[in-house]
Amino acid sequence: MDPIINLIIFICLGVAGLALSVLAVSAKSLLRSATYLLLVLICTAGFYLFLNYHFLAAVQISVYAGGVVILFIFAIFLTSNKGDVLQKHQTQKYILGALAALGGIAVTAFAFWKHQFVYGVDNHTIDGDQEINMKVIGEALMGTEKYQYLLPFEVLSLLLLACIIGGILIARKR
Amino acid sequence: MFHFEVVTQWIDRFLRTYLQGGWALFIEFVLIGVVVLTAYAVLALILIYVERKVCAFFQCRIGPNRVGPFGVFQSVADMIKILLKELIKIDRVDPRLFRLAAYLVIIASICTFGAIPFDKGLHAVDFNIGVFYLLAVSSLGVVGILLAGWASNNKYTMIGAMRSGAQLISYELSCGLALMTIVMLSGSMQLSVIVEQQSYAWNIFRGGIPAIIAFVIYLIAGHAETNRGPFDLPEAESELTAGYHTEYSGIQFGFFYLAEYLNMFIIAAIATTLFLGGWMPLHIPGWDGFNEVMDYIPPVLWFFAKSFICVFLALWVRWTMPRLRIDQLLNLEWKILMPISLLNIILMAIWVIWII
Repeated sequence: MDPIINLIIFICLGVAGLALSVLAVSAKSLLRSATYLLLVLICTAGFYLFLNYHFLAAVQISVYAGGVVILFIFAIFLTSNKGDVLQKHQTQKYILGALAALGGIAVTAFAFWKHQFVYGVDNHTIDGDQEINMKVIGEALMGTEKYQYLLPFEVLSLLLLACIIGGILIARKR
Repeated sequence: MFHFEVVTQWIDRFLRTYLQGGWALFIEFVLIGVVVLTAYAVLALILIYVERKVCAFFQCRIGPNRVGPFGVFQSVADMIKILLKELIKIDRVDPRLFRLAAYLVIIASICTFGAIPFDKGLHAVDFNIGVFYLLAVSSLGVVGILLAGWASNNKYTMIGAMRSGAQLISYELSCGLALMTIVMLSGSMQLSVIVEQQSYAWNIFRGGIPAIIAFVIYLIAGHAETNRGPFDLPEAESELTAGYHTEYSGIQFGFFYLAEYLNMFIIAAIATTLFLGGWMPLHIPGWDGFNEVMDYIPPVLWFFAKSFICVFLALWVRWTMPRLRIDQLLNLEWKILMPISLLNIILMAIWVIWII
């Protein structure tokens, strides 16, 4: 695509993501925070789409936006009252938060400067405009060869199964 | 066969000869957006008219018959009315979430609508992961419904939203599993590829018994996902006034209303694409003359005819069955549909490996 259009889309997504993440931590009600978090996650999915990695974008939306945020919202429904307003934090916590944010920025900036970017304006050896085939991803997830991930996949699904059974046990004890 | 590809490619070439690549793309984006939104609105008008007529016939009435011949312009008049209505300000709601909820519901619906292949070349979003994209984007609507129920500050909306949330999350499972069976059969998730594969036998014929089971499960679960028919207990009017959109007025209510009707169409369209061959005409291997006659009917017509048959099935169920209780609803999903669709996946694996 045209570099200018790319830049415009990138700036829009970035500004929206930044503004919404600031809103997510500064909102007064818990449910608003969860909603802004949802929008931040959608912005992240937008970045993946922008990188032509459609699979990860769809995973991001269905797992985080469709699953995790709905769990958050249900938990908020069940635990908080309508009029609840989040307490103001102390100044000390603000300072600690700012320090943590600065540390994160420092780490990212360090990685950014150290990394040699292969793909540039005048280097088209890597084609960024190509869609990754679903077949490749599927075979990598389900294969047993080197660089294929069947074992971790199965271990993770066993962990999730254990979580489900544990949840049912806790719920049945009433 | 006449494909819309010809028209869309002509527009693309026309724009590219007169404009630079970037601007041509930009104009195409805007054009696609306008076309998708217009098609969305027009389809909603048609669906509302069809629903009112079909409902009337099921109840031995005539239905809308005053505005235009057979009342065909009734829903246009209703649209103008709903556009002019006042947006009532509700006291003590969370205004930002209240407004956002309506948009979330309709955006999720429009995003899904964009991915439906109406014809070759008449297809806005055609990702490699098509089916997965549909499932992912349509799950966003649940958040909108939950937020609408909470932000309205009303116990009826709250109960409606909780019921709807539980219902949508549960039925999404068997919806996804039914679609997965078809993905196993076709070996691809891209919608255009899935449609192309069905040129000689639609998936429902090619996949045999497991495909038919998956089709029935998808129709039931999809119908439950639209919050209609026997599954309309989130908006049960006798107990909850109107469920999660009780407090909405004017065009904000219109958004929920539009999304409900279009979701019904989207479910029918996905069923058409994955099970009934999308825009492919009915071809029978060996009957060349018959196939040629069928090719004369344009693919768009085939698509809409099949989708509207599915929509008619949904309406038929809606106006015939009594409403379920919440425990019956959840039992149906978790104890009947889910196990059947899991077994069905194994059956489909056997079918794919040994029979075809």
